[in-house]
Amino acid sequence: MTSDKSKLGFFLLLSPLLLWLMTLIILPHVGMFFVSISEKVGVRQYETGFGNYAVFFNEPLYWNTFARTAYMSIAATFLTLMIGFPIAYYIAKLTKGRTKTTLFLMCLIPFWVSELVRTFGWMILLRETGVVSNFLQYIGLVDGPIEFLYNDAAIMTGLVYTSMLFMVVPLVTTLDSLDDSLIEASYDLGGNGYTILREIIIPHAMPGIVSGCIVVFMLSLGNYLTPILLGGKDSLWFTGLIYSQFITRFNWELGSAFGFLLLGLSSLIVFVGLKLSRQSLTETMGR
Amino acid sequence: MITGIKQSPFFTWSYRAYVILFFIYLALPLAVVCVFAFNDSQFPSLPWDGFTLKWFFGTESPSIGVFNERSIIRSIGTSAFVAFWVALLSVFVGTCNAFLFTRYEFRGKSLLYIVMLLPLIIPGIILGISILVFTSNIANFLENATGLWFDNLRPGLILVILGQFSFITTFATLVISARLQKFDLSLEEAALNLGATKFGAIRSITLPFLYPAMIGAGVVAVLMSFENFNTTLMLVGSDAPLTITMFDRLKLGSTPVLNAVSLLLMVASAILGLMSLLLQRKSD
Amino acid sequence: MSEIADLECRELSKSFLDFQAVKDVSFSVPKGTFFSILGPSGCGKTTLLRMIAGFQEPTSGDLLIKNKSVLDVPPNKRPVSMVFQHLALFPMMNIAANVGFGLRQRGVDKREIEKRVETVLERVGLPGVGNRSINQLSGGQKQRVAIARCMVLEPDVLLLDEPLGALDLKLREHMKIELKKLQAEFNTTFVYITHDQSEALVMSDQIAVMNHGVFEQIGTARELYYQPKTAFVAGFVGEANKYDAKVTAKNGDALKLVTGDGVELSGLDAVGGLNEGDRTQVFVRPEAIKISRKQADIKGMDNSHSGEIESILFNGANSQLLLRDNSNGAQINITMPQTGEFRDLTRGDNVYFGWEAEQTRCYLADKVS
Repeated sequence: MTSDKSKLGFFLLLSPLLLWLMTLIILPHVGMFFVSISEKVGVRQYETGFGNYAVFFNEPLYWNTFARTAYMSIAATFLTLMIGFPIAYYIAKLTKGRTKTTLFLMCLIPFWVSELVRTFGWMILLRETGVVSNFLQYIGLVDGPIEFLYNDAAIMTGLVYTSMLFMVVPLVTTLDSLDDSLIEASYDLGGNGYTILREIIIPHAMPGIVSGCIVVFMLSLGNYLTPILLGGKDSLWFTGLIYSQFITRFNWELGSAFGFLLLGLSSLIVFVGLKLSRQSLTETMGR
Repeated sequence: MITGIKQSPFFTWSYRAYVILFFIYLALPLAVVCVFAFNDSQFPSLPWDGFTLKWFFGTESPSIGVFNERSIIRSIGTSAFVAFWVALLSVFVGTCNAFLFTRYEFRGKSLLYIVMLLPLIIPGIILGISILVFTSNIANFLENATGLWFDNLRPGLILVILGQFSFITTFATLVISARLQKFDLSLEEAALNLGATKFGAIRSITLPFLYPAMIGAGVVAVLMSFENFNTTLMLVGSDAPLTITMFDRLKLGSTPVLNAVSLLLMVASAILGLMSLLLQRKSD
Repeated sequence: MSEIADLECRELSKSFLDFQAVKDVSFSVPKGTFFSILGPSGCGKTTLLRMIAGFQEPTSGDLLIKNKSVLDVPPNKRPVSMVFQHLALFPMMNIAANVGFGLRQRGVDKREIEKRVETVLERVGLPGVGNRSINQLSGGQKQRVAIARCMVLEPDVLLLDEPLGALDLKLREHMKIELKKLQAEFNTTFVYITHDQSEALVMSDQIAVMNHGVFEQIGTARELYYQPKTAFVAGFVGEANKYDAKVTAKNGDALKLVTGDGVELSGLDAVGGLNEGDRTQVFVRPEAIKISRKQADIKGMDNSHSGEIESILFNGANSQLLLRDNSNGAQINITMPQTGEFRDLTRGDNVYFGWEAEQTRCYLADKVS
């Protein structure tokens, strides 16, 4: 580090990193912030101000969509955790050797496929002429075709499906590292299934739970495909609003403001999640 | 709950049933996508009208197969082009980052590391619009100042590549750093001791040790690039990668040709995924 | 036994798919005993312990604690506690929460828990550490916390699964004494499993030597050492020189034997039942062998030989000599006498050595497993 030669090496290694982070991450976001606080007052005339944010708060459609996106994402995160945890526990603690590897890989495989393909699969299953509707008619449970698409349950199904990997993998990893003898010791000391889950397993799995939840929440919040394709045109997802401001209405100023609001919300939730569980971003994400 | 502790058979069996249901839930959407690629019908839905391969090889309208559908073939080419550059760039920068973060101590390192992780928690669509806004502003500024055109800074393949690169590099850095941390530094010192130069030692000892991770990161980068939708959507120009083309088709109404493309995608990613898994297994 | 045993096993067996880990093991442990199960790894001792704790179900046999069968009692309800091999202290809790865990499961009042936790920590010599985290403790302190965590529940039997195995040598020596003291202090029945004979010999009131799923012998340390009942015990507990020999003559318990390479030995039928012509295994302890520079000192002994010193393993009071027997070239291990007389022995010296017939224990070779 002290010789000139190694200093040169250091700067050679540092420059691609700085170039990447400056031009593609930091400056674009700074730039977007400045666009978001400029108001159009005439042709090619702009003024600095928070007018775009005021538009957001004055238009119920906008902040309703915002709130809806937030709580649907929280619900999706919670559901993913509830569904994924027993699976992760089963893989990590109740299987061994080959079975374990196989089950774990089976969890991964769907996610080597594009999100678009997965969503397309759900469309084939859920639409009026789809597999589920036909199956229900075939076994005589219903008389006519049923439309399962274009409602919140369909969005939820898609979101949970899309995020499952990002919940199960960190959970399996942390549960795997839980020593079996801790569970045995707590049985030996008189614990039962519930107290052991609460006092031993969940505290141990907390880092995995937090990192899983953060990633799933982020993915749901930023999701565009699933709400559009499974929820239909009126699905009201905040990313949809951003897209339409940018591409259809060409109102980049308002779109940037929306983008910042979404970014702010996701950062806030990540921050709160990390604080509540006393984890740091580096250890939660850096693996 | 673990081997050796008795549970009621009812509990054990319902737990198992739940696991089975879960895997059915995982497999079902992919299975139907594959199955309906072979349905001899205009729509990917029931009833089953018989087995056909026309959605792969068909030549006449209305059932032109994937291999004869020019727009799809072209967008696969576009995707491959994008994926190639994204993988190359992100593995290169990722390797540099890995060396920087594992070998050097410097002021602001931990801050820089956190900034490096940020792309993981920025929604893809926002990465897309921020790059779009930034490059457009630069293009406007340059065009006003010089009177020339700067089309490369307008939505198009270059922006798509940069947009995907901006977050895939983080993954590449993490994968390669993980392996570099396992490297035994005394091997490099031994090479130096035997007369190698610093650069020669890294090239002949450290880099070969990193190859599996670099290839693994490259495969992951290719897969993520092929799959990416959100960032790409905001930055795409006239040449659309595959996911965008499929999305546009899907909005218009689906035909089994989309199933056929999806099936091919699945096979390709499965092969790539397995390859990277085998590589990792071999290198551990 | 007049008193009710704390723990009793009756013909306990455990079979897995392809082999029998524990075969018809029966024993009983009176109250307040330090009972060790000693055996090589894979002998079935861990399986036996896990059956007592309730983590594994016996295939057959019965298990009684204070004269009541506990086979149907799940591990979380059994009046036994276990100190795990790697202690299994809960890293997500501080020390007080660890020790209080069992009491909380029983629904004991919060203030009462605090009081009892503090008391038990004092008894193991760690007062006032309750608020510390597990990682702030040294290896020996962790041991004591693990024991406190069990003892606070006042179990009828405390099981210990090689808890000293992970410690370094010095600390292990220290903890042996510590454990023995703690056991006396709590006056609880300890069942301790180990593969380390010195741990078992030093600490235990009773030791069971286990091999291939069966108990070879149960007895005090002295009995196991001086009167081993099987060839396995003779070889496993303490050090011994071993010969394979054939019985040539028998007179009461006294035997005349000859080894494969023609050396004649006098020995003792250790368990009875040996006959002329039987193949036997013969054990002689290194400290039972007397050495001298003069043949006359040795000549009167039942077995007398001479040999050349091959190496001297100096280890203070435990120094040993490795000799090559002149008659057949076999290697013999002899404890160096602590008199100054042999201090100047060097490699290559020729010495005479011998031992009495009663120090020579013979077992039927077929019994050796």
